[in-house]
Amino acid sequence: MSQLVYLVPLFPLIGFLINGLLRKQLSKSLTGIIGSGVILASFIVSVVLFLDVKNGQGGVTTLFDFLSFGKVHIPFAFQVDQLSSLFLLVITGVGFLIHLYSTAYMKEESSDHFARYFAYLNLFVFSMLLLVMGANYVIMFIGWEGVGLCSYLLIGYWFKNNDYNNAAKKAFVMNRIGDLGFLVAIFWLLSVTGSVSYADVFANAGTRSVNDITIITLLLFVGAMGKSAQIPLYTWLPDAMAGPTPVSALIHAATMVTAGIYMIARSNILYTLAPVSQAVVAITGLATALFAATIALKQNDIKKVLAYSTVSQLGYMFLGLGVGAYTGAVFHVMTHAFFKALLFLGAGSVIHAMHHEQDIRNMGGLGKKLPVTHITFLLGCIAIAGIPPFSGFFSKDEILAAAFERNKLYWILGVAGAAMTAFYMFRLYATTFLGKFRGTHDQEHHLHESPPAMTIPLMVLAALAVFAGLLGIPEVFVKNSHWLEHFLAPVFEASNKLAEKAAPDHAREMALMGISVAVALLMAIVAWIRYSRKPELNEAAGLGKVLANKWYIDELYDAIIVKPLNALSRFLDQFMEKSGIDWIVNGVGKGVQYSSRQLRLLQSGQVGNYVLLMIVGTLVLFALQFFLKK
Amino acid sequence: MPINYYIFLSLALFCIGVVGVLTRRNAIIVFMCIELMLNAVNLLLVAFSKMPHPVTAAGVPAGTGVEGQLFVFFIMVVAAAEVSVGLAIIVMMYRNTHSVDVNFLNRLKH
Repeated sequence: MSQLVYLVPLFPLIGFLINGLLRKQLSKSLTGIIGSGVILASFIVSVVLFLDVKNGQGGVTTLFDFLSFGKVHIPFAFQVDQLSSLFLLVITGVGFLIHLYSTAYMKEESSDHFARYFAYLNLFVFSMLLLVMGANYVIMFIGWEGVGLCSYLLIGYWFKNNDYNNAAKKAFVMNRIGDLGFLVAIFWLLSVTGSVSYADVFANAGTRSVNDITIITLLLFVGAMGKSAQIPLYTWLPDAMAGPTPVSALIHAATMVTAGIYMIARSNILYTLAPVSQAVVAITGLATALFAATIALKQNDIKKVLAYSTVSQLGYMFLGLGVGAYTGAVFHVMTHAFFKALLFLGAGSVIHAMHHEQDIRNMGGLGKKLPVTHITFLLGCIAIAGIPPFSGFFSKDEILAAAFERNKLYWILGVAGAAMTAFYMFRLYATTFLGKFRGTHDQEHHLHESPPAMTIPLMVLAALAVFAGLLGIPEVFVKNSHWLEHFLAPVFEASNKLAEKAAPDHAREMALMGISVAVALLMAIVAWIRYSRKPELNEAAGLGKVLANKWYIDELYDAIIVKPLNALSRFLDQFMEKSGIDWIVNGVGKGVQYSSRQLRLLQSGQVGNYVLLMIVGTLVLFALQFFLKK
Repeated sequence: MPINYYIFLSLALFCIGVVGVLTRRNAIIVFMCIELMLNAVNLLLVAFSKMPHPVTAAGVPAGTGVEGQLFVFFIMVVAAAEVSVGLAIIVMMYRNTHSVDVNFLNRLKH
């Protein structure tokens, strides 16, 4: 088993090198086959690893000694256990489907740019695999940085458009702010424990001071805030929709943004030992979930709605982590990967059919012309709204039940967020697929269902979105049936022991579930009926205008942070650079020129002058001799 | 006669010579002033040779008192050689520029 571990990240790396270096020589079909094939190979190896772990064989495989100074040893090691093998399956599985989809979606690109796309996508999968497979925080950080880089490269894929480049820069800078927190956390961890390996850190976590653990976990959360788009570092995600739609599906729905959740789930014992950090995580997650949901209610770009929905669902995952429902959060990561990737790929299918139109006000009635896209998108919407028996219901409800145990208010606000989720998703669905077509005549003629390379991934993901809930059927329905909880139990064992979990009251749990499902179903039906009859075409007004303008947060950041920084940089440029340093450097040159001009006058060419200078010099020497020899 | 008088006279002659070298325009006058400087030094050397000798610690007089006058001979020889070369240069200068004005000698600049 251990021999196979390094194959998982190796395949995408090879794909990246081949597609990247040979991009001018390869044909588009060959590029697509290599790019998707390596991910399929990784998926097969991941399945083998998963089966091994299920049979009890997991563990740490060390490749080589990476960093070693003094008493600190940081090996380049992979840890394959329940948590990482699960994430491996999701990343490579969903990744493969998205690569397959991209071969058709990106067909219009020229072959070297097509190869560039696949090279970047493979590099991304490689980095993400490093992130989840690392056995210590440093390897995770390498993957962390790598996915941030690939996100930048892929958002700015169509680099000729300057707006897209700005969006890519914004994503990268905000990620970096989070990375600073992560890095300081690693340093603090190293200074407190002398090691960054998971095994070492988690084994003795109980012996550290609570203050140390609190600070470390808060700093790690700052990193997660940047990577997983929580308040205040979330504004890059909607702008990241500038990239191609499969990129949005893979990076900004299924994988990169879940890196923060993976990190906190991995460090669960640290968070359980620091209740303050857990509270911060939960509150931030809840606030983000609600905030983003309100913005999504009034967005008119199909991808922006899904982007804000992603931010909101990530908030739910952090809420889950913050109230101790680690399995629930990981479960939601999985189901979210399935239905969000499905929704994004469906949106891509719509955009493809509408010839790059993304405004839902110009769509409508697409259900008849795009049947597969229509049905799969509908299934995705039902899943995300949390309506049973689809997967979203099981995972979201697990989080909400745990939230209720911690604090009733969390549950109430969580249900409010779920209501808004159902509402805006069905608003999106109804405006896009139902009613009458509102676009131009040309667009109407070109409407056609997407090719199989695009529809097959949609169907696979739809099946997963529908049936993945079976992995985590809660106790109230069938005894001992929560397969995922049993599978992940070893990873969260220490945390669950510390946090005494009261046995849930079955009747109360059914009541809670019933209320949240009823609310979601009600909002879904209301939105369906209202928006299929009369789509929202007018400009928003009042509170709606504030929501449509994203609560003016971007403008706020611009005024508070960007403008002062630019002013500071202009000031430094003026006074330090131009007046200060340039003045000194040019001044030296000018001084040399001036003195040389003066010295040149000494050489008048007249003999008399020279004799005078000789005599003056001699006199000076005599005087010095006379006065200094005393 | 106290030796101071000789020293003052020699100093005065030397200074007159220096000033003359610096300020006079005619090259021949400059040469004369150079000679004046050399002769002032000769005078000084001869005067010092006639001074009472310094006595070393062992009571033996240092030197026999004629080194000064001997050096004057050397200076005179050198002065003579230098004058001959210098006058030759002045003759060449006159042939080229038809004047003996030292201010015309700024060709060193080019």
